[in-house]
Amino acid sequence: MKNETQEFKWVGKRPIRPDGVDKVTGRAKFGADMHLPGMLIGRVLRSPHAHARIRSIDTTKAASLPGVKAVVTGSDFPPPPPPVWQAAGEVPVNFRDLARNVMARDKALYDGHAVAAVAATSAAIAEEAIDLIEVDYEVLPHVIDVKAAMKPDAPLLHDDLFTDGVSPKPDKPSNIAKRMEFAVGDIEAGFSKADVVIEREFTTKPVHQGYIEPHACVVDSSEDGRLFIHCSSQGQFMVRQFCARVLDVEISKVTVVPAEIGGGFGGKTTVYLEPTAGLLSRITGRPVKMVMSRTEVFRASGPTSGGATKIKIGATKDGTITAAQATLAYQAGAFPGSPIGPGCMCAFAPYNIQNVNVVGHDVVVNRPKVAAYRAPGAPISEFGVECVIDEIAEKLSIDPIALREKNAARQGTKAYYGPTFGPIGFVETLEAAKQHPHYSAPLGENQGRGVASGFWFNIGGDSSASVHINEDGTATVIEGNPDIGGSRASLAQMAAEVLGIDYDKIRITVADTSSVGYNFLTGGSRVTFASGKAVIEAANGAISELCARAAKLWEIDADAVEWVDGEARPAGDNAGDFEPMPLSTIAGASGKTGGPISGHASLNVKGAGPGFGTHICDVEVDQETGRVSVIRYTAVQDVGRAIHPGYVEGQLQGGVAQGVGWALNEEYIYDKDGRLDNPGFLDYRVPVASDLPMIDTVLVEVPNPNHPYGVRGVGEVPIIPPMAAVANAISDALGVRLKDLPMSPPKVLASLSNGGSRTPS
Amino acid sequence: MAKVVIPAGLSQQFTGGKSEFEINAKTVRAVIRCLDKDFPGIGKAIEIDMAVAVDGEIYHDPLLESVAPDSEVYFLPRIGGG
Amino acid sequence: MPRQHVTTEVNGEPQDFLCEPQETLLDVLRDELHLTGTKEGCSSGDCGACSIMVDGRLVCACLMFGVEAQGKTIETIEGMAEGDKLHPLQTKFLEEAALQCGFCTPGFLVAAKALLERNSDPTETEVRYWLAGNLCRCTGYDKIVRAVMDVAAETRET
Repeated sequence: MKNETQEFKWVGKRPIRPDGVDKVTGRAKFGADMHLPGMLIGRVLRSPHAHARIRSIDTTKAASLPGVKAVVTGSDFPPPPPPVWQAAGEVPVNFRDLARNVMARDKALYDGHAVAAVAATSAAIAEEAIDLIEVDYEVLPHVIDVKAAMKPDAPLLHDDLFTDGVSPKPDKPSNIAKRMEFAVGDIEAGFSKADVVIEREFTTKPVHQGYIEPHACVVDSSEDGRLFIHCSSQGQFMVRQFCARVLDVEISKVTVVPAEIGGGFGGKTTVYLEPTAGLLSRITGRPVKMVMSRTEVFRASGPTSGGATKIKIGATKDGTITAAQATLAYQAGAFPGSPIGPGCMCAFAPYNIQNVNVVGHDVVVNRPKVAAYRAPGAPISEFGVECVIDEIAEKLSIDPIALREKNAARQGTKAYYGPTFGPIGFVETLEAAKQHPHYSAPLGENQGRGVASGFWFNIGGDSSASVHINEDGTATVIEGNPDIGGSRASLAQMAAEVLGIDYDKIRITVADTSSVGYNFLTGGSRVTFASGKAVIEAANGAISELCARAAKLWEIDADAVEWVDGEARPAGDNAGDFEPMPLSTIAGASGKTGGPISGHASLNVKGAGPGFGTHICDVEVDQETGRVSVIRYTAVQDVGRAIHPGYVEGQLQGGVAQGVGWALNEEYIYDKDGRLDNPGFLDYRVPVASDLPMIDTVLVEVPNPNHPYGVRGVGEVPIIPPMAAVANAISDALGVRLKDLPMSPPKVLASLSNGGSRTPS
Repeated sequence: MAKVVIPAGLSQQFTGGKSEFEINAKTVRAVIRCLDKDFPGIGKAIEIDMAVAVDGEIYHDPLLESVAPDSEVYFLPRIGGG
Repeated sequence: MPRQHVTTEVNGEPQDFLCEPQETLLDVLRDELHLTGTKEGCSSGDCGACSIMVDGRLVCACLMFGVEAQGKTIETIEGMAEGDKLHPLQTKFLEEAALQCGFCTPGFLVAAKALLERNSDPTETEVRYWLAGNLCRCTGYDKIVRAVMDVAAETRET
């Protein structure tokens, strides 16, 4: 661990998280833990077809079952909003598609697409009622594979979808929703300067975020049209906005109370059940609880895209990369909106390359609409890039870390998608990886070592927070981001540091949408950075007021008071000779000096610091079964500054585990009819404890100059390198380059039977 | 004159392939207005979809950011995250 | 079908309840007894979030019917701390940041306690295989495994 610095009292320490006791005792209330009097249970009927026109739905039998209080279909919802992308917080949202994903209207577009829902007095009755709903489907041809969906004769999902980003505007609809391109320099000239050019094609499978808590909500609608929503999500303000749009109600009538959230990883940045529960509650006048089964989570909530990528990189003999080209196609699922943009922009971002061309396609297929998943889009493109870079290093007999160092983006490097990097720590991560004992440790038989790097932008965004000084000298921090991985702790630590009081004297609350200003959701690795900045600014506001109150008590000017170590002091000799006044004294007298003392901040936080990581992975391959075991793993990352190093390490370790699952096991398997074959944890196998070794972490700290404590986002980067690190390690062990994820035993065995020799270039 | 760059996707759709412009403007809003005057519709596309990097600094909801005569202004897709 | 009357002991207290024959013990714990610390992640015994002890055996509450609990002794996460004194595993999980979202945590704690009651000196491999029935998607298991081994070591010393 580098820089666990002594210059701060709380920043960089590892205090117990404020919500910790609730989470180890079972007290913490997650989405499904809410019970309201008179509560009904809602269930969803889902399409068994990958693609089907809904001719009619007969709900009479279901509605007449005793105990059933309401049955709804798409026609009971308000008409979908206009089919345009609209700015919604940080990212554009197409609310028409959102509404149609929540409940199908004329067509079911994937196995698992919601087509009707019921509310009943018990789960058993609701489930019985679901079986009584009769849907007349006209089954249509479907398409699951991204490349197949791009063909001109592919079954069309939407007859009003025309490829965006091409000129002239196409007159025929297509499954290709968007084409985008990023280009700098002269790509052909770049390749012509290269001594070695390697071009490879890769595929990645859609993988699910795999949060252990299924989606869950309780919604209570009042007679005057207000909606009270208790649910687990990555953003209560997102839920408020999305439900208001889908149900066509004013935002001020919607209150969303954030439950504790049992993992999200991007998958809970949208709504599935909440609008339906709201509609059922509105009809019945009773609270409605809806919880997805695990099967529903897999069939109907967003995985990330699968992708088909072609990566071409050229380099001179000394290892200088002269040109890099990528063609990317990402599955969006049933509606447009894959993370193709970030996929394009991240692909080569770790490197300073003069000639770059990246073309991306956003493609709809008959699968659930993708949702964000940790660094959305980046792992898919960077997987191929990091594999090709490794192959170039091998070909040129250059150490793979040295090759990366030679081409690494540094401060001042202009990224091909636009911005010029400020202080970044990519080179530092490479250096730390090279120096790590892991990198030079001996390997045994059938073992190999791989290296890969990764880049993610990180974001800031709209953030609000309040700091209230209590009359006994403690403080209450109010913020608005669901705490998924310890952010209450990091925010409280920064508040303690600024206020100069003990961490234990601060209570922090994640407030509902009516109790704190707007916050963009918990995602993009923004909370400790952006909401942290709001908390710091709010705390500084409270300090200004505390100083002003001390000045009144001392009868001196406010600017003659300074705040040091949690107490007001006269600023210099001229200010007067007063004993320092602790926060508790000022707070206790606040009524006499002007009333309660608080600080507030609402701001759009800019200046997120980009994140870079470099991973080292050792694998052992069982040549008989094809099973690949990760036997040692080290993740190095520039984290800016770790506010709570324990939870920062946890982000790295968790990202690696998900990446290893993506590399080796996880995939959606569809049958020929387009039905998901493995919608459960038994067959969709996420890594378990016995699949993984300890995951060593090295926190490199190159502070982000745009944050008072140097914070960078940390949560996204660690899922990017593992797929390539594992693939490169397998190549080192076997001399075979695997290009299709997951690298499961059958694929490893097949590649071995193909000779197991070095791939010809 | 600030150097303004739009991604190839936008240039194919709106500007006939031209992706670099010299624009005399003091704010990002003025840059967008200027582009939209020459290429109607691009302003709306930028408003919905685009962030901006002015001299290396990324802004997600661009409007009022200052642009200097020697600034580099890059429009890029907005970034969310997991 | 009439609701059945079931008599059990839960976390040291006598407890009876009525339940439908098809209701799982998990449903009973969560919906009838409002012991929501036991979590539902899959309902198929794959994730371990509903790990509880029944007559001293570690089970997934989703794989047992409520009526099967007749005459049995049940321990859930809510019974793990004694008054305001946390179990050493609970304390260690907090000290070592062995949880992130906290959803799988009750199941891990119950399972880890069961392990340490039968093996006070588990190897890392033994800990990993014992806990292989509990899924965690946040932590990569590193800090969980360390916390369990640290508690085992500290318990052996005292």
